[in-house]
Amino acid sequence: MQSNAALEYDYSVAKLFTYTAILFGFLGMLIGTLIASQLAFPELNYLLGEYGTFSRLRPVHTTVVIYGFTLSGVWATFYYLGQRVLKVSMAESKFLMFIGKLHFWLYFVGALLATISLLMGITQAKEYAQYEWPIDILIVIIWVLWGVSIFGLVGIRREKSLYISMWYYIACFLGVAMLYLFNNMSVPTYFVTEGLGNIMHSVSMYSGTNDALVQWWWGHNAVAFVFTVPIVGMIYYFLPKESGQAIYSYKLSLLSFWGLMFVYLWAGSHHLLYSTVPDWMQTMGSIFSVVLILPSWGSAINMLLTMKGEWNQLTENPLIKFMVLASTFYMLSTLEGPIQAIKSVNAIAHFTDWIPGHVHDGVLGWVAFMIMSGLFHMAPRMFKREIYSKKLVETQFWLQTTAVVLYFTSMWIAGITQGMMWRAVDEYGNLMYSFIDTVAVLHPYYAIRALSGVLYLTGFLIFAYNMIKTMSSSKELTEEPQFRSPMA
Amino acid sequence: MFHWLEKNPFFFSVGVFVVIAFAGLIEILPNFAEASRPVVGLKPYTVLELAGKNIYMKDQCIACHSQLIRPFKSETDRYGQVSLSGEYAYDRPFLWGSKRTGPDLHRVGNYRTTDWHENHMWDPKSVVPQSIMPAYKHMFTNIADIETAYAEAVTVKNVFNTPYGDEFVGTRAAWDAYRPKVIEEAKAIAADMKNKDVKDAVARGEIPEIVALIAYLNRLK
Repeated sequence: MQSNAALEYDYSVAKLFTYTAILFGFLGMLIGTLIASQLAFPELNYLLGEYGTFSRLRPVHTTVVIYGFTLSGVWATFYYLGQRVLKVSMAESKFLMFIGKLHFWLYFVGALLATISLLMGITQAKEYAQYEWPIDILIVIIWVLWGVSIFGLVGIRREKSLYISMWYYIACFLGVAMLYLFNNMSVPTYFVTEGLGNIMHSVSMYSGTNDALVQWWWGHNAVAFVFTVPIVGMIYYFLPKESGQAIYSYKLSLLSFWGLMFVYLWAGSHHLLYSTVPDWMQTMGSIFSVVLILPSWGSAINMLLTMKGEWNQLTENPLIKFMVLASTFYMLSTLEGPIQAIKSVNAIAHFTDWIPGHVHDGVLGWVAFMIMSGLFHMAPRMFKREIYSKKLVETQFWLQTTAVVLYFTSMWIAGITQGMMWRAVDEYGNLMYSFIDTVAVLHPYYAIRALSGVLYLTGFLIFAYNMIKTMSSSKELTEEPQFRSPMA
Repeated sequence: MFHWLEKNPFFFSVGVFVVIAFAGLIEILPNFAEASRPVVGLKPYTVLELAGKNIYMKDQCIACHSQLIRPFKSETDRYGQVSLSGEYAYDRPFLWGSKRTGPDLHRVGNYRTTDWHENHMWDPKSVVPQSIMPAYKHMFTNIADIETAYAEAVTVKNVFNTPYGDEFVGTRAAWDAYRPKVIEEAKAIAADMKNKDVKDAVARGEIPEIVALIAYLNRLK
C-alpha cells in the first residue's frame, strides 16, 4: 500500500547541476560566438596568444557545450524528475544523497581540469573524445557514480513501472558507457618506457581506418546518446507536465524508443562516406541513417500530437512555445541528417559548413531549447518562487529563434556554395576555382553566423538573468504549481 | 513483454544494451580481423615527424584541415592521388578531420616546401593574401617535446609491432644515445629555413615546434 501523503522531494543535487548548466552554457556559447567571429574576422585569433586561436578553441567550445552545458542539463533534469517518476525522494537515502553530491563535485572539478587541459593543447585529437587518459579515467568514475544514482533510485522506487523518461536516461547511461570505453582505449607512453616524456601522452589502440571507424561509431553516437536520447527523455516528462496533457500514444513511444536504440548505432559510418572504410559499411551507414527518420519523427510527432486540442497554450505559455519549437527543430534536424547521409549529397556536403549548420539547428533549436525550458519548468518547483519575468522569456524565445534560423540558413548556403565550387570545372575539364576563392566567398555567411551567435548568446544571458532572479527575488509560492509554471 | 520489461529494470537494461551493441558487433568488429595493413614501402614516422604530428594534434590543425582525398576527379586534380587505407597504417590516431575550412593536407609534402611552410606559419597572409588562417608564431619559440615522441615510437614498437629498429628501447640511456639523430634530422630542416632564432635553437640542440611540424608536413605525400 502506498501512503497518500505527498512526498517531499529533495532537489539539492538538481540545483547544483542547474547552476553549472547556466555557467557552462554561457562559457561554451561565448567561446562559440568568438570562434564563429574569428572565421569572419581573423584578427580575433590573437586575443589570447597561443591559447586563443580558432584551432585551440574549437574543441574547447564543443566539449564545454556538450559535456558542460548539455550534461549538466541532463543531470539537473535527471536528479529532478528521476525522483518524481520513481516516487522516491533523494532524502530517503543518505547513501544516494552522498553519491549524488560526489557525482556533482567530481564532475565540476573534472570539467575544469578537462577544459584547462584542452587549452594547454593536451589532447588525443579525436573529435568529442579529446581528453587524454587521466581525464578519461576521471570521466569513467563520474559516469559510474551517475549509474549508481540511477540504479540506486530505481532500486528503492515506489512506482514499479519505469516511466518513458527513465528508459531514455538509462539508455544514455549505457550507450555512452559502452562507446566511450571502446573509443578511448589507448596506451600511455610513459608507462611502456622507463618514464620517458610526458606522462599525459598516450597512443590510440587502433590505427588508421580502424581508428576512424571506432571514432565515428562513437562520434555519431555521442550525438545520439547525449544530444538526442536524454533530451527526448526530458520532453516526454516536461511537455505533459507543463501542458497538463497526457502523452498521445504509448505504442508510438515504444516504437520510437526501441527503434532509436536499434537503428542509431548503425549510422555512424555515414561520417566516413567515400573514405577508405569498406564500401558495405558506408552503404549500411547511409541506409540506416534514412531509416532513422522513423523513430526520430515518431517521438517528435508523439509530442506534437500530445498538444492536440490544446494549441491555444502555444500563445499563452512561452515554455510550451520552446518545447513545441524544439520538437519541430528535432524533426528538421533528423530529416536533414539523413539527406546529408545519402552518398551523392554527402559528396557535396562533407567537409563543408553545411555540417556545422546541421549540427547547430539540432543543438541550438532542439537540445538547448529543451534544456532551458526544462530548467524553467523546474525553477518554480525547486526554488518555490514564480518565474521572474514572462516578458523576458518571450524576448529570449524570439531572439534565439531568429538566431537559429540565421545560423542554419547561412551555413546551408555557405556549405552548398563551397561544395559546388570545389568541384566546378570549366569547359576543358580544369578546376575553375583555387581553394582560397572558395574561402573568400564565404565571408558574408561567416559574418551572418557570427551575428547569429551574438543573438543566441544574448538570449542565453537573458535566460541566465531570469533564472537568477527567479532563484533569489521573485514572488514566493505557497504551494507547488500543478501544471503550467507561474510567471510574472 | 514491454510492460514486463518496464517493471524489471535489470532485464530492461540488458535488453537496451543488447540492442545498441548489436550494430557494433556486426559493423565495427569484423574490420578488426583485417588489421590495417601498411601499403608496400610505407615507413613508420621518424621521431621528429612524430613530434610534428603531436604538434599538429596539440594545435588542432585537424579543426580546419582534412587528410583524406576522396575518389572524385575534382579532388585528385586538386590534391593528388586518392587516399588508400594502407597509407594510414601507422597513424595513431587517424587525422582525417571532418571539416575543410582550409585545404586537404594528405599530400601537402608533394607541393609545398619547408620555405613555404615557414613563411606561411609565420604569417599566412604573406603567402595567401585572402587567407583566414591565424599565424602560429608561438611555434617558432616553443620547444618540441621529442622525448615524448621517442617514447611514442618505442610504445608502438613494443605494443603494436610497428617496425622501428633495434635501437628503439624504452630506457633513458637508449634515448640519450638516440637523441643526436633527431637533432641531425632537425638540422637538415633548419638549413632550409631563414628564421635566425630557429636556426640558433637547433644549433644549440633544441628543436622549436615549427621544425618538427614542417618535418611532419613534408612527410605527408
